[in-house]
Amino acid sequence: MYYRSMFPRDLLAELERLQREVPQTVEPGPSIRGQKRGYPALNVGGTPNAVEIYAFAPGLDPATLDVQLEKGILTIAGERKAPAVSEQATVHIGERFAGRFRRVVSLPDDIDPNSIVAKYRDGMLHVSVQRREETQPRRISIQ
Amino acid sequence: MSDTNQAPKSAAATHEDAALLPPVDVLEDAGGITLYADLPGVPKDRLSLHVEADVLTIDGEVVLDAPEGMELTHTEVGLPRYRRQFTLSKELDAGKVKASFEQGVLTLRIPKAEHAQPRRIEVQVV
Repeated sequence: MYYRSMFPRDLLAELERLQREVPQTVEPGPSIRGQKRGYPALNVGGTPNAVEIYAFAPGLDPATLDVQLEKGILTIAGERKAPAVSEQATVHIGERFAGRFRRVVSLPDDIDPNSIVAKYRDGMLHVSVQRREETQPRRISIQ
Repeated sequence: MSDTNQAPKSAAATHEDAALLPPVDVLEDAGGITLYADLPGVPKDRLSLHVEADVLTIDGEVVLDAPEGMELTHTEVGLPRYRRQFTLSKELDAGKVKASFEQGVLTLRIPKAEHAQPRRIEVQVV
């Protein structure tokens, strides 16, 4: 990263950092670094009657979040401002995402575009889309 | 202040101990250090911060309001926990840490100890 070349540091510390970061890059290890997977990170789940989308989008003003559903495609877009850095300040670590973002999820065919709820809490956007009733599995009684 | 996270000991590290490394920004100015950490999905009461000796530990637990019987089909955040440790330099006054936590972003302000604050020395003209 840019700041590292600007501030050459202790070689041992750098080696240690490499040792830590390489496995994270190579293996699908426990990392949510936005740079690798896009911001915000998404988890998607489903139940028989709804589709749940969780976007891990910390530090946003919910008013600036743009959530759209068009032809079964859900788009989450917005912008995250970088923290204000005064001129005298030095940035030692800068890993957090800043800038415009946009993520797109294709939803299953059986969703009901009229029953969609989006909530933003604790830096997480939760979009819940109901499935259409007529497509839900029904047990047919035998006469 | 330096990052002192150990590399995961092995893939078989106990599941309970496994945690994600939250991304942080660390800024330093004359008065101290400001740290921002992204901890999305962590409610205020599940965030724990503590300083022991000179090690600052950030620990947070993710709470998803998942409906019953939900099956995850796509996972980018695979663990419900964040943890990261930092070693504070002696210049910092760990007793005066100010923290705020809003919409998943933790902001910590750690002032420098008084003896480490820059002082302006008057030059006298004789």
